[in-house]
Amino acid sequence: MIKGKFIDNLPKIYGIYTGGFLVFIILMSIAEQMGMSAKMIGIFFVAFTVLIYALIGWLSRTLQSDAYYVAGRQVPTVFNGMATAADWMSGASFVAMAGGIYFKGYGYMALLVGWTGGYVLVAALLAPYLRKFGCYTVPDFIGTRYGGNLARFCAVLVLTLASFTYVTAQINATGRIASVALDIPFNIAVYVGLASILMCSMLGGMRAVTWTQVAQYIVLIIAYLLPVFWISNNIGAGFFPHFMLADEVARIAELEGQFGFAKNSAADMATVPKGLAQITKAHSSVNATPWAFISLAICMMAGTASLPHVMMRYFTTPSVRTARRSVGWSLFFIFLLYSSAPMLATLSKISLMDPNLATGIIGKSITEVQALDWYQNWNQAKLMFVSDFNGNGTLELNEFFMKGDAVVLATPEIAGLPYVISGLVAAGGMAAAMSTADGLVLAISNALSHDVYYKIINPKAETAKRLIVARVLLVIIGFAGATIAALEINDILGSVIWAFDFAMSGLFFPLVLGVWWKRANAAGAVAGMLLGLGSGTAYLVWVKWYAGAGFLGITTSTFGLVGASVSLVAMIVVSLMTEAPDAATQKMVDEVRIPSGKTILGKQ
Amino acid sequence: MSKQEQHWEKTRNLLFITLAIWFVFSIGIFLFGAEMQESSIRPFGYPLTYWFTCQGSLAIFVILIFWFAGRQEKIDDEFGFTEREGEQ
Repeated sequence: MIKGKFIDNLPKIYGIYTGGFLVFIILMSIAEQMGMSAKMIGIFFVAFTVLIYALIGWLSRTLQSDAYYVAGRQVPTVFNGMATAADWMSGASFVAMAGGIYFKGYGYMALLVGWTGGYVLVAALLAPYLRKFGCYTVPDFIGTRYGGNLARFCAVLVLTLASFTYVTAQINATGRIASVALDIPFNIAVYVGLASILMCSMLGGMRAVTWTQVAQYIVLIIAYLLPVFWISNNIGAGFFPHFMLADEVARIAELEGQFGFAKNSAADMATVPKGLAQITKAHSSVNATPWAFISLAICMMAGTASLPHVMMRYFTTPSVRTARRSVGWSLFFIFLLYSSAPMLATLSKISLMDPNLATGIIGKSITEVQALDWYQNWNQAKLMFVSDFNGNGTLELNEFFMKGDAVVLATPEIAGLPYVISGLVAAGGMAAAMSTADGLVLAISNALSHDVYYKIINPKAETAKRLIVARVLLVIIGFAGATIAALEINDILGSVIWAFDFAMSGLFFPLVLGVWWKRANAAGAVAGMLLGLGSGTAYLVWVKWYAGAGFLGITTSTFGLVGASVSLVAMIVVSLMTEAPDAATQKMVDEVRIPSGKTILGKQ
Repeated sequence: MSKQEQHWEKTRNLLFITLAIWFVFSIGIFLFGAEMQESSIRPFGYPLTYWFTCQGSLAIFVILIFWFAGRQEKIDDEFGFTEREGEQ
C-alpha cells in the first residue's frame, strides 16, 4: 500500500492513521452499548493511543545526529505546523484553559490573545533567520552569533530554567490524567506518564518527537472539537458553535443577573475542598483593566517568541521559506483549538446554569443534585462539590464548586454525551501534555548535550558518544521533572505562566537583537541574559515570598516585563560600552538576513 | 546602496508594517475594551470586545502571518535571494 519514501507518503500515512482512530472511536462506542464499563473504556483509550505513540517513537529511532537533533531538516510545512501546534498546546491549554475562561472570563482570555499573537513575532522577527543559521539548538545560535562559551552557557541556563519550570507542569498533567483514566495512585501515575514520554523521544530524538507530535495533534484536536460540536447540537445551541452562541452568551449574562454572585463566608469556604471554586465573575463582560489585560498578553507574546522548544521546531523545515510558512500553519492549527475553548466554556456554563435545560442544576434541590451519577463520580475525584450553605434545600450559584479542569473533563458527561467521549477527552489531554513534555525534555537535553557537553566540555566527541550522552541526559531530566511533579507544588497553570516570563526575561532581546542589531556583541548579550533573568526572578521572589508590593501593577504572572526591560537596557548599554563585533561576525549577520545560500553553520 | 542593503531595507519596512498591524489587534484595541464592548457592532451577535478575544484577533494573526510570508517571498524574489531547490 505504501511505496517510496516515508516523507513522500505523509498525507496517506496520517490519513490512514486518522481513519483508524475514528474507527477505534466507533468500535469503543459499540462496546459501550454492549455494556463495557466506563473504567475499561478510559483504560482502552489512554493505553491504545499511548502505545501508538510509542510505536511511532520506536520506528523513528536513529543513530544520526542530524536526524536526532533536527529530524533531518525535511519536515514539510503543514506537518511541521501540526507538530508545533501539539508541541505548543500543553496539558494546560487542553485541560485548564476552558476552565480558566469559565471562572475568570475576560481577564483570563488575555492568554488566548497572547499565546496566538506571539506567533506573529516568531514569524517576523526570528524563525526564518534562525533557520538560515542552521543551528541545532537555540543556545547554538546565541553561542555562534555572539561568540564565546560564556554567552552559550548563559543561554543554556535560561533555557533550562524556563523549560524545566514548564515540564514539571506537563508531567504532572500526564500523571493526573493517567491516574484518573487508568485508576492508579497519582505518585505511580506520574512515572507511567514519564515512561510514555521517554518512549516517544529517547530512541529517535527530534525525528521521533516530530512524528509522534503529528499523531498527538490529530488525537487532541478530534478530542477537543467533537464534544464542542456535539454538546452545541445536543442542547440546540447551533450546529456550528463558533458562530452561533451569541444567544447563549446573552442568556448567561441574564441568568447571572438573576442569580447574582453571592459571596460565601470564610467559615463556609473552609469546608470546600482545596482548589475548587464557584463562579464569581461575569461571563462576557470586560472585567479587567486595560493594563492588566495588555501586560499579561505582552508577556505571553514575548515569552512565546523566546521559548526554545517552539523555536527549535522551525529548525526542522527544509528551507527558510518553508520555516516562515510553517509558522502560519502552526498558528492555524492552534487557532482551531483556542477559538473553541471559549465556546466550550460557554456551553459548559449554560448546561449547568440554565433551568430550562434538562442538564441545569442551579435551582434544583441539593439532594437531587447529589444523587446524579456524574456528580458522584466527579465529587469522588475531588473535582466537584455542593453544599447547602443557606439551608434552603436548593442549590444556589454560590453553592456549586468545581475545579477548572472539570470544565473540559466533565462537561461531556454533564451534557449527557456517552462515556466514550469522556474516554476520548482523556486521551486528548494525555496527548496534549505528552507532546509538550516531549518537546521540552528534548530541548533541555539537546542544549545540555550539544552545547554544554559537545561544544564546551568535549569538542572532539564522536557522534555515537554525543547521542548516548544526549539520551542519558534525557532520562535524567525526565526523572528529575517527574520527581518534582510528584510533589505537586504548584497548580498546572501557575508554573506554565512563569516559564513564559523566565524565557522572556532572559532570551527575548538577546535573540531578537542578534538578528536585528548588528552592533550587539557578546558582552551585551551576556549582560542582557544574566541581568534580565536575575531581575525578573528577583521581582518574582520579592512579590511572591516576601510580600513585596510590586510596582506598575506588575504581578507574579507578568514579572517578565521587569526582566525583559532590564535585559534590553543592559544589552544596549553594555554593547555600546564595549567593542563592536568583528568583521566576520558582522558578515555572518548579513548572511543570516538573506534566505539564499548555505546555512551559516553548514559552511563552517 | 548595494543590492543587499536595499533588500534589508524593504524587509525592515515589511517588519514595521507587520508589527504595526500586530500591535493594533494584540494591544491597541484592548486599551478600549470597555468602550468597544458597548459598541453596536456585534460580529455574529457577540459583544465586540468579547468577540475579539475569542476569535477576531486570533484569526487576524493567522491571516497576518500568511500575508507577511507572501510579501517577504516577493521581496526575496525581487532581489534574487530566493533559495534554489535542494539548496540547504
